[in-house]
Formats: sequence, C-alpha cells, structure tokens
Amino acid sequence: MTLRLSSDAMRLVIPALSLTLLLAAVFWLQPRAMSYVGLNLLFNLAVPIALATIAQMLVMAVNDLDLSMGTFVSFIACVTATFLRDAPVTGVLILVGAIATYAGLGVVIHLRNLPSIVVTLGMSFVWGGLGVLLLPAPGGQSPDWVRWLMTVKPPLAPMAIVASIIIAVVAHLVVMRSSLGVLIRGIGGNPRSVERAGWSIVAARGAAYGLAGVFAVLAGIALVGLTTSADANIALRYTLLSIAGVILGGGEFIGGRVSPIGAVIGALTLTLAGSFLSFLRISADWQIGAQGAILIIVLAFRLMLNRVEKREKGR
Amino acid sequence: MNPFLRLFETPWIWSWLASFIVWFLTIMVTLGASTIGVSQAALTFAAFSVIVGLGQMFVITLGPGNIDLSVPATMTFAGTVALKLMNVENGMILPGLLVTIAIGLVVGLCNYSLIKALRIPPIIATLSMSFIVQSAAIWTNRGLRIKPPSALADFTTSNTLGAPNVAIVALLISILAWFLLEKTIYGRWISAIGQSMPAARMAGIPVDGARLATYLFCAVLASVAGYLLACFSGGAALNMGSEYLLMSIAVVVIGGTAVAGGDSNVPGIWGASLFMFLVVSMLNTYGLGAGIRLIMTGLIIISVIMLAGGRRASIR
Repeated sequence: MTLRLSSDAMRLVIPALSLTLLLAAVFWLQPRAMSYVGLNLLFNLAVPIALATIAQMLVMAVNDLDLSMGTFVSFIACVTATFLRDAPVTGVLILVGAIATYAGLGVVIHLRNLPSIVVTLGMSFVWGGLGVLLLPAPGGQSPDWVRWLMTVKPPLAPMAIVASIIIAVVAHLVVMRSSLGVLIRGIGGNPRSVERAGWSIVAARGAAYGLAGVFAVLAGIALVGLTTSADANIALRYTLLSIAGVILGGGEFIGGRVSPIGAVIGALTLTLAGSFLSFLRISADWQIGAQGAILIIVLAFRLMLNRVEKREKGR
Repeated sequence: MNPFLRLFETPWIWSWLASFIVWFLTIMVTLGASTIGVSQAALTFAAFSVIVGLGQMFVITLGPGNIDLSVPATMTFAGTVALKLMNVENGMILPGLLVTIAIGLVVGLCNYSLIKALRIPPIIATLSMSFIVQSAAIWTNRGLRIKPPSALADFTTSNTLGAPNVAIVALLISILAWFLLEKTIYGRWISAIGQSMPAARMAGIPVDGARLATYLFCAVLASVAGYLLACFSGGAALNMGSEYLLMSIAVVVIGGTAVAGGDSNVPGIWGASLFMFLVVSMLNTYGLGAGIRLIMTGLIIISVIMLAGGRRASIR
C-alpha cells in the first residue's frame, strides 16, 4: 500500500468494502436491481435503521448501551401516525418531551452512577406501554408531508441513497467535527481527563442522550413515512439491528471509538443482507440464520484486514 | 456491627424487600385468600427466570460487554428438539435431557469460539449465534406442537410438600451455582477476570478456559430451562424464549450483581425473579390494562435500580 490512510479512514475501509461486495453480489444475482427503482427498493427500509443506528452510536460513544431503542422508535412511530397528523402542535410537544426524557435519562444515569443497560431496559417497558396505550391495534396514518418526504424522487439518485448520504454527513459533522462531538467521544475515552479539562460531564452526557433521542425520533418519523401506519411493536428489532450496525460500521463498545459514516454503512449492509438472502432463494426457515452468518463473515473479514493492516505497520 | 444492620449492606436484600412488599400488596387485594396460589405461581414462574438468570449472571461476572443474547434461541431450540426426540414416551425422558444438555454445550462452544477466534464482542457473537440457532429451531419445529411425556408434564406442573417441583430444581441449581461461585477456585477466577482481565492473565489464571466454561454453563442452563419450560407449558413454541432475553438480564442486575462484572451473588437472582413475576401479577390483580402494566413495570424496575444504585455509590 502506498496510500497512507488515517486510522479513522482505515476504520471505514472494511465496512465500505463489505457493503460493496454485498451490493455486487446482489447485482450479479438480480441485474434488474441495478436501476433507480431497484436501488430505492433495496435501500428503502435502510433510512430509519440508519437513523436508529446513529442514535445508538451516540449512546455507545459515552460507553453506554441503549436497549430501549426498538420500543422508543415504535412509540415515536405511534405518535407520528396519530398525534402528529391529527394535532400537530400536541404531536410536536410529545416528541420534544420524548427527546427531553432521553436527555434526562443521560443526566440521571450519570448522576446516580446507574448501569445504562438496566435503565434503558426499564424504559423499554415504559415506551412499549405508552405505544400500546396510543395504538392498541395497528393503525393510524402517516402525515402527508412525511409520506411526501419519504417517497420524493430526487434526480440522479433515489431518495434512500440521498437520505443515507445526508444522514451520514450530518452525523459526521456533529460527532467528528463539532466540539460537542469531541466532548462526547472524550467521555467515552477518558471521562476524568475531560472533567479535569474543565468540562461538565453531566451536561455532555445529557447532550449525547438528547442527540440520540433526536435521531431516534427522526427514525420513527421516517419509518411511518415508509409504512404509512404504525403499531406498538413495529420496530422492536431495531434494538439489536442498531447495535449490530454500529459494530459492523467499525464502532466499539468502549472507548468512545465510533464512526458515524461507518454506522450508516453498517445499517445499509444489514438491510442489504436481507434482500440478498431473498434473491438467493434461501428457504424462509434459514433467512434469520443466514443473516447471522453474514454478520459473522463480515466481522471475520474485518479481523483479517486488521491483521493485514498491523503487518503493514510492523514493516 | 449489629447483624441486622449488616444484613442491609448485602447487595441482594433490596430485591427481596421489594418482592416481599409487592407480594404483600397482591395478597391484600383478596385479604389473604389467594396467599398460597399467588406464592406457588410466583415460585413456579420465578424458577425459569432463576435458571436462565444464573447462567446470565456467570457471563455478566466476566466483565463489561459479556452478555449472552443467545439465551432465548437456545431455550427454544432445546425445548423443540427434546420434545421431538421424546415423542411423548416416558422412557425417553433421560435421553431427551442428555440431548438438551448436548445442545447447550454445542451452542456455548460455538459462542465462545466466535468470541475467541474472530475476536467479536460477546454481544454481537452471541447475537449472530442466536440468529442461527433460532433458524435451526424454526427448521426443526415446523409449526408442530408435540406434547411432553406424561410423567415429565406431571413432574413440572405438580408440587412436592407444597413447593412447585420446578422451583425445587431451580433451588438445587442455585445451590450448585452458589457453591461454584463462592467455594471453588473457578468462582474466584471468573470474579478476578471480571475485575481485570489483564491482571487475571498476569496472575496465571487460565482465562480462556474459565471463560469457555462460563459460556458453556450459561448455554446449558438456558437449554435446561427451555426443556423444563416446554414440558411445563405442554409443548414448545417458537416464541417461548423471547421474554427471557430481557428477563435474564433484568433479574441479574436487579438482584444486585455489578453490571461491570466481578461481583455477583446468587440469592439476589431469586429475589429479583420473584419480584419481576409478582409485579406483573400485582398489576393484573388490580385490573390494569396492558399499556399501564408495561409502564408501571418499567418505572418499578428503574426505581429499584435507582435505590440500589444510589446505595452502592454512597459506599464508594
């Protein structure tokens, strides 16, 4: 290798490569997917997953884990399909309240030194309950502007791709370029040194959770834009998908080492894995299992490239 | 120090207190008429959470990031395969149990091989593994609902001296777990690994062996719980393990085990398991709807952890 990459860029190479490989495999199996409509169909559901993954990534950046992501996104979807359409002012107030709750959770977790896994586990029951109260049976309708936003057809590239790029760029600017982002990652790396430097850890942690809440709210809204209706269990699998997306994208559980662009790529990879399997005509029984196998293969691939990289450095 | 005060410093006392209060509030609704029924139901359902919770506790003891997410899939797969193998014949009960344990061993071995060979974080490794195991369960199950052998069905649903049999099994497993954790060198090893893996390695502890044994133990307990649960509920269902994913983590943490690892206790698992069941049944007896019940459950979990967490922070 003559090209010298920064470690941040190196972190992105592996997720990007796995996405490209998977995409190539899909095109090879189904050449018709290589079109505007085809790409949009392939990546449509990736937009809410990418947003949820960014939200999870922000929580993971401060060394925490959010087990309530799935139920929270479902709850937001319920709010979007009911209040946001029928009574926009109340709807917006509820969404703002939900984001404030998230920020509050960050503050409480920090002040009381609580394990984030348990607090978010408890919150997952709360969001689930609120969702059931709002929509006991699947229903509601997406607001027209959300529907329009998710089905708009921009020139050149399909909506799903444009949206993913916008999400990646915005998250990159916030997390990697802003001073708040540096602070959040600093807490993940070494909270004591951040505190000694005169910053308020409580505020930064609250901000990290608040930002996560903002992205998760956007995920719920985007999801309703695609599905047009909602129910309290619509996004339960987002909890595990978002964690897997962050890890696939080169993020780590501890140390504040995260990559927003990688996270979006990770989410796209996970979405694509599902389509890839249906193109392979794998029996429905083994669909989930094959998804697990793909996850393992990608991570093995990452380990292999990491080893190569280390050997290069050693020379 | 006063022994009574010392009792309040044990990490598990809070979960016991909380479950006692909830138990009391529940039986007061019927003015004590339902005491025996509620207690037996609580012991029965808590028993399953205890068995999976114990395994999860050993894994969590290993330190940050160690959580076994394959528990529900393993339960489902073991229950399905065992019932299919036993095929309603009482003579096949023992082979069924052996196959259950073998499934646990295989899943645990695969879990740890992924963690070790591919250096995947345990959460992701066990998650990927659970997808594969879940698929295997779907493939073997095929929507069939085979009944358990009659002797086993009777055993899991009846009582001995007023105590549910599954609760007695759970108690025996708990005693074994307590002995492993507190009285053997293995227990010291996993606590040491949970506190600092590099330090444990320097001290000459066989870190890989101990971690492998822990993942095996957890998977075997999950599969045994699946076996018992399938017999108790009269057949294996594909979603029978799903609620035990969050449950197994919740009972460990509410029971006072440190999430950061290295500090565990067995009695807390019982307190927390009873508590988790009793909260739901209390809210049921008060006739609340599903939504309110979920919200209350969540708020109660958070308040318990805030009480217990604040106490630990003040000691530090």
